[in-house]
Amino acid sequence: MDDHRLFRSGVRGEIGDAVEVVGEAGDVDSAVHVISEQQPDLVLLDVHLPGGGGVEVLRRVLARRPEIRFLALSVSDAAEDVIGVVRGGARGYVTKTISGKELANAIVRVADGDAVFSPRLAGFVLDAFAATDAPPVDPELDRLTQREREVLRLIARGYAYKEVAKELFISVKTVETHVSSVLRKLQLSNRHELSRWATARKLV
Amino acid sequence: MYRGRDDRLFAGVGSGLARHLGIDPVVARLALLALSIGGIGIAVYLTLALVVPVEPEARDEAAAAGDQAADGRTRARRKGRDLSQLLAYVALAAGLGVLFLLFGGVFDPLLWFLVFGALGGTILWQQANVAQRDEWVTAPVFRGRKGWVRTGAGVLLVIIGVIGFLAFQQQLHEARAGLTFAIALLSGIALIAAPWIIGLVRERDKERRERIRNQERAELAAHIHDSVLHTLTLIQRRAEDPREVQRLARVQERALRSWLYQRPADAETTVSPALERVAAEVEEAHGVPIEVVCVGDCPIDDGIRATLQAAREAMVNASKYAGVDAVSVFGEVEPDEVLVFVRDRGAGFDLDAVPADRMGVRGSIIGRMERHGGGARIRTAPGEGTEVQLTMPRGPETR
Repeated sequence: MDDHRLFRSGVRGEIGDAVEVVGEAGDVDSAVHVISEQQPDLVLLDVHLPGGGGVEVLRRVLARRPEIRFLALSVSDAAEDVIGVVRGGARGYVTKTISGKELANAIVRVADGDAVFSPRLAGFVLDAFAATDAPPVDPELDRLTQREREVLRLIARGYAYKEVAKELFISVKTVETHVSSVLRKLQLSNRHELSRWATARKLV
Repeated sequence: MYRGRDDRLFAGVGSGLARHLGIDPVVARLALLALSIGGIGIAVYLTLALVVPVEPEARDEAAAAGDQAADGRTRARRKGRDLSQLLAYVALAAGLGVLFLLFGGVFDPLLWFLVFGALGGTILWQQANVAQRDEWVTAPVFRGRKGWVRTGAGVLLVIIGVIGFLAFQQQLHEARAGLTFAIALLSGIALIAAPWIIGLVRERDKERRERIRNQERAELAAHIHDSVLHTLTLIQRRAEDPREVQRLARVQERALRSWLYQRPADAETTVSPALERVAAEVEEAHGVPIEVVCVGDCPIDDGIRATLQAAREAMVNASKYAGVDAVSVFGEVEPDEVLVFVRDRGAGFDLDAVPADRMGVRGSIIGRMERHGGGARIRTAPGEGTEVQLTMPRGPETR
């Protein structure tokens, strides 16, 4: 789902061999329509979509069909956009400069139920959960564990999941578990710092 | 003859007169004060204040028009009147006045009401003075508290003056009919003119908004032209060289991104933008894309500056020798230290095999970090890529 036709056909050409593309759309209304018609495993979603943005698509689709998975894709580096779609239910975020092979990998991984964190998203999440003096409302959700933090930092340093696993002497599966748990915390945490941080970033 | 601008006490008449006659301003002021006792001095002063233009500013008017807004502020501060001197003169005048009254001088209330009226008139007319016309444009009469207070005070003084004058001339009751007529006429005119004036004000506001919008659009167009269009032209011309095309596209993307998402003010004072700038420079020089992720931020001190230089060296090495098409940089600002990681998945090298006289790694990275109290670790092996880890404790300036 992207409002630039040129970009859509480019992506189609790049990933067409690896996955089956069942539909595409250029704005929120047609995206919701195409998704409910085609019932795809995974939706590749642009953050900036005319008619309310990717967040709106997530809200309208996930309310009825929570099993559909979303991977957000954006040219925007604005943190509040990225955090916004991930909190809205996307299971990963990649930038549009990603190569076709990597994108296909990410798509397969998200379709399998894992989370895909690019280094940049890992950086944003670390920033969002940065230690503050304010006591957490819900310690379970509002804090990252030491291990999760380590995993995120390695991802931010440019490590692939496999390399993270090797570095920390854990299995790739465990890395994926940690990342999924970070994702869950990001989506469920109501920690006010998260929203306040996003607001502060909006000024940038 | 000009009225003084920088050395004025009230309207600059005293200093202007003094300069014109070649005498000390104190003498001119005292002379005016002495004349004022009879009332003539005040009339002279007010007339000169109205008629004589303010001394033109030394600086070039064209430049002044350009940065009027910023200039207006600094100028207001610079040309501020010397209040203490002004107070001294007022006190002197008051003292003289009291003496004059006590020792049988003719206190003609009529004169004072004339003075009130003239003062109010001056304040009102001052608003339309030539020298202040630029202030009219940037800050109209009714905009801002100062404008309102000034206008209100002027109107009040004029009214006091007129009514007082009439009252003491024993003509108030005769004038009442005329006054009523005048007020009725004025209200009528106001009623007729009000919609037109309001329309005029709105029109002007609209015009101003339009102008600002046009300026913004022009600025945006200029920026797009200078950057994006220029790069697209270059890309078309270099179409046969994919590496160069990619480099151009990356450089432009970075520039546009920083223009869109970053405030220009903090471009070089804190870690995160500085690290991105370093990466951009290395990328531009060596043509290898560098992905920067930065968590947290803090001001830069000497230690962090050294860290940035070491990071630059590491990025240059990775771009030149690793033989990869991407380098990852991760900067993290922790409560008590700053960490920078520069990583590539390229050729790697045998650290022990690097000759001792090679300055790159030992001098520019490890040595530099250690000199500033930090540390550098290099993890590498042939075929396994390289990661340079830099740590620097945060100094007191960065907290």
